[in-house]
Amino acid sequence: MSQKIEVKNANVYYGMEHALINVSMNIKANTVTALIGPSGCGKSTFLRLFNRMNDLIENCRVEGQILVDGQDIYNPKVNVNELRKSIGMVFQKPNPFPKSIYENVAYGLKVNGIKDKRLIEEKVEQSLKQAALWDEVKDKLKKSALALSGGQQQRLCIARALAVSPSVLLMDEPASALDPISTMKIEELIFNLKSSYTILIVTHNMQQATRTSDKTAFFYMGELVEYDDTRTLFTNPKFERTQNYITGRFG
Amino acid sequence: MITLKNRPSDKTRFYQWQDKVFKYFALCCTLIGLFVLALLLYNILSVGLHRLDWNFLNSTSSQRASNAGIKSAMVGTVYIALYTSLFALPIGISAAIYLEEYAGKNKFTNFLEVNIANLAGVPSVIYGLLGLEVFSRIMMLKNSILTGSLTLALLILPIIIVSTREALKSVPYSLREASYALGASKWQTIWHQVLPASSGGIFTGIILALSRAIGETAPLIVIGAVVFIKTVPNSIMDKFTVLPIQIFHWISQPQKAFAANAAAGIIVLLLITFLLNGIAVYLRYRWQKKIKW
Repeated sequence: MSQKIEVKNANVYYGMEHALINVSMNIKANTVTALIGPSGCGKSTFLRLFNRMNDLIENCRVEGQILVDGQDIYNPKVNVNELRKSIGMVFQKPNPFPKSIYENVAYGLKVNGIKDKRLIEEKVEQSLKQAALWDEVKDKLKKSALALSGGQQQRLCIARALAVSPSVLLMDEPASALDPISTMKIEELIFNLKSSYTILIVTHNMQQATRTSDKTAFFYMGELVEYDDTRTLFTNPKFERTQNYITGRFG
Repeated sequence: MITLKNRPSDKTRFYQWQDKVFKYFALCCTLIGLFVLALLLYNILSVGLHRLDWNFLNSTSSQRASNAGIKSAMVGTVYIALYTSLFALPIGISAAIYLEEYAGKNKFTNFLEVNIANLAGVPSVIYGLLGLEVFSRIMMLKNSILTGSLTLALLILPIIIVSTREALKSVPYSLREASYALGASKWQTIWHQVLPASSGGIFTGIILALSRAIGETAPLIVIGAVVFIKTVPNSIMDKFTVLPIQIFHWISQPQKAFAANAAAGIIVLLLITFLLNGIAVYLRYRWQKKIKW
């Protein structure tokens, strides 16, 4: 299998702060990669490299090369809006738009210039089905998304991201604000989406990392300490720092 | 083990007494405002209510108090409100969007912000002088509705900018982030997400600014709004008067009958202002109900 994502010597600075130090990593297509590490270790910064959300932060500087499908996404010729269409993102706190369920999913298509109503309707249904939400909301698509429960809102946000047909899905602690049952649903969803998407997931939950991911990367103080198959990393870590973190001795 | 004494200590009793005194003092302060308003309402209603009839609403100025009415002034007020919002809203809202969404944090934007805040505190009569010189004389628009509404537009511009910025600020960043992450541009994000989510707050600011514009007298007197007018304005270049000026003019007449006219005019002006404030309260209420973060 070819590499979907290649990161070569990535460095991120927030003003004087060196937030991500010399990280290199290859990620295969149709895999789930878990990013773990204590708060402030740079894992969210790393995740946000791929849809260039760091661009929105003032004083943020990125060095190094990040290739998706062999193309440098930080090339000045790259259109950021186009890039964000092919690399979807789900945030920590469910953040549906204060609009109807239907409009939430259709928004990504509309801002990308798609006007064909039938196409949009099909895509909304398909995305909601992919996000395992269709059966719960099919009779109330015109109702406000804010009336949904937290878990439903998060699956709506996943459906919203899927609607623009990305190939990579970035998830920033997608289940940390949810109850165990909703978390389970999200994890099942991640497993099912793997066949069509390359998924990166930031999590503070070790069990979640072992349950959902093929590979795990452990970050500490802005550095990538260890990156390996999830099973190997959790059963037989090479570094003591990884061992200490996954056994809960710190972090 | 806690001990409950039947008689609290002197200190405790003093604090409880202090608490009570302050409560009633604050209540009195609240009632003073209401009392004054009630007195004012009673006063103008008793003097002016009998003058308020269709004839009064449908007549123009006259030397005889019983023939005089507020038709010209009401039409003038409507025109002024309409054109003032036409000029002030697009400029004020766009400026607020620029400052809040596009402008970075640097010395220049800081300078802009401080000066807009200063403008909001400039006495309205100064705006009248500015309007007299720039619009009336240099641009030769004379004492027309156009001059009046341009002057008032300048007056309420800083208020609209400040209140719109507050409304935009209240939209959480996560909403913008969600929009950007789907490939939306900055303008699409503002137009489709930020503005609808903040519209209640923006409307509230606009209506409060407009009710201020409707109640202004000084700047319009300075630019030369007429006080005695037999015609109803029907074009933007016509001379005009507005309700506050009409009221002011009647009050300064020596005949007692004009005082009743003034009181009746005040009733109409108050009704319009209460109506606008009511709309503002309603919009804010609806906005808070509809959008929960």
